[in-house]
Amino acid sequence: MMPELGPYAAEVGLAYAATGALLAGLIAYVLIRARRVRRALDELESRRGK
Amino acid sequence: MASIWRYANPRKFMETSGWLLPGVSILAALCIATGVIWGFFFTGEDYRQGSTVKIVFLHVPAALMAINAWLMMLVASLIWLIRRHHVSALAAKAAAPVGVTMTLIALITGAVWGQPMWGTWWAWDPRLTSFLILFLFYLGYIALWQAIEDPDTAADLTSVLCLVGSVFALLSRYAVNFWNQGLHQGASLSVVDEGAPMDIAYRLPLYFAMAGFALLFIALLLAGTRTEIRARRMQALLTRERMG
Repeated sequence: MMPELGPYAAEVGLAYAATGALLAGLIAYVLIRARRVRRALDELESRRGK
Repeated sequence: MASIWRYANPRKFMETSGWLLPGVSILAALCIATGVIWGFFFTGEDYRQGSTVKIVFLHVPAALMAINAWLMMLVASLIWLIRRHHVSALAAKAAAPVGVTMTLIALITGAVWGQPMWGTWWAWDPRLTSFLILFLFYLGYIALWQAIEDPDTAADLTSVLCLVGSVFALLSRYAVNFWNQGLHQGASLSVVDEGAPMDIAYRLPLYFAMAGFALLFIALLLAGTRTEIRARRMQALLTRERMG
C-alpha cells in the first residue's frame, strides 16, 4: 500500500508529518478555545440570570 | 436581494454560521482526504523531482491560503475601518491563526522540498523572502491584538497593520513576476498556461487539496469568529458588571 518514495522518503515523510501536526494543532486550538469561551459565557449568563 | 450587511449583525452571523459550519467542515475533510490520499498514494514520481513532487499537494494549497487569508483580513479590516462592523474586525482576528499556520506549512514544506531540489533549505529569493516577511506580519498582527486591551482600538491598529502587510501578501504572490529571478518557479498552475503543463494526474488531486484547504480555512474562520463574538459579549458583560 505504501508508495515507493525512493531516496526522498525522509523529505516527503517530513513534509506530510509536519503539515499533519500543524493542522491538527490548529484545529485543536480553535476547538479548545471555542469550548472554553462558550463555557465561560454560559456560566456568566446563568450567574447574571439568577 | 437581501443585503450582505445583515451578516454584520452578530445574532444573524451566529445563526447562519451555526448551520453552515458542519457542512463546510465535512466537505473540507472530504476534499483534503481525497486530494492528499490521491496525491500521496496514487500518483507516480516525477522524472526530475522524483517522489518530492508529492509535496506539491501540501505546499501549493498552504501557500495559496496563506496569501488569501491575509487578503480576506484586508477586506474585513477595510470594512471595519469604513463601516465599523464589529463582526468584520472579529473575523479578521479569527483568520490570523489560520493564516499564520498556513504560512508556516508553506515555509516548512518549501524548505523540505527545496533541500533535495535546489541543494539548500533556504535562499534569499524574492518569493521566499516576501513569504517570511508575511509570516512575521502575521505574528505581529496576532501580538498586536493581544497587546491592546480596548477591542476597538485593537481593531483600528491591527487594521492599519493589515493594510501595510498586504503589500507583502501581494508581493509574495507576484514576486517571481516582478523580479524574474531567484530559485522559486512561477505559480504552479499558471505554469500550465506557459507551455510546461502539469500532468493531469497531478493537477486533479491538487485541485481537490486546494479546495479542501480553502474549505478548511472557511470552517476555521467561521468557528473562530463565533468564538470571538462570544468572547466580545463576555467582555461587555463583565465590564457592565464591574460598573455596577
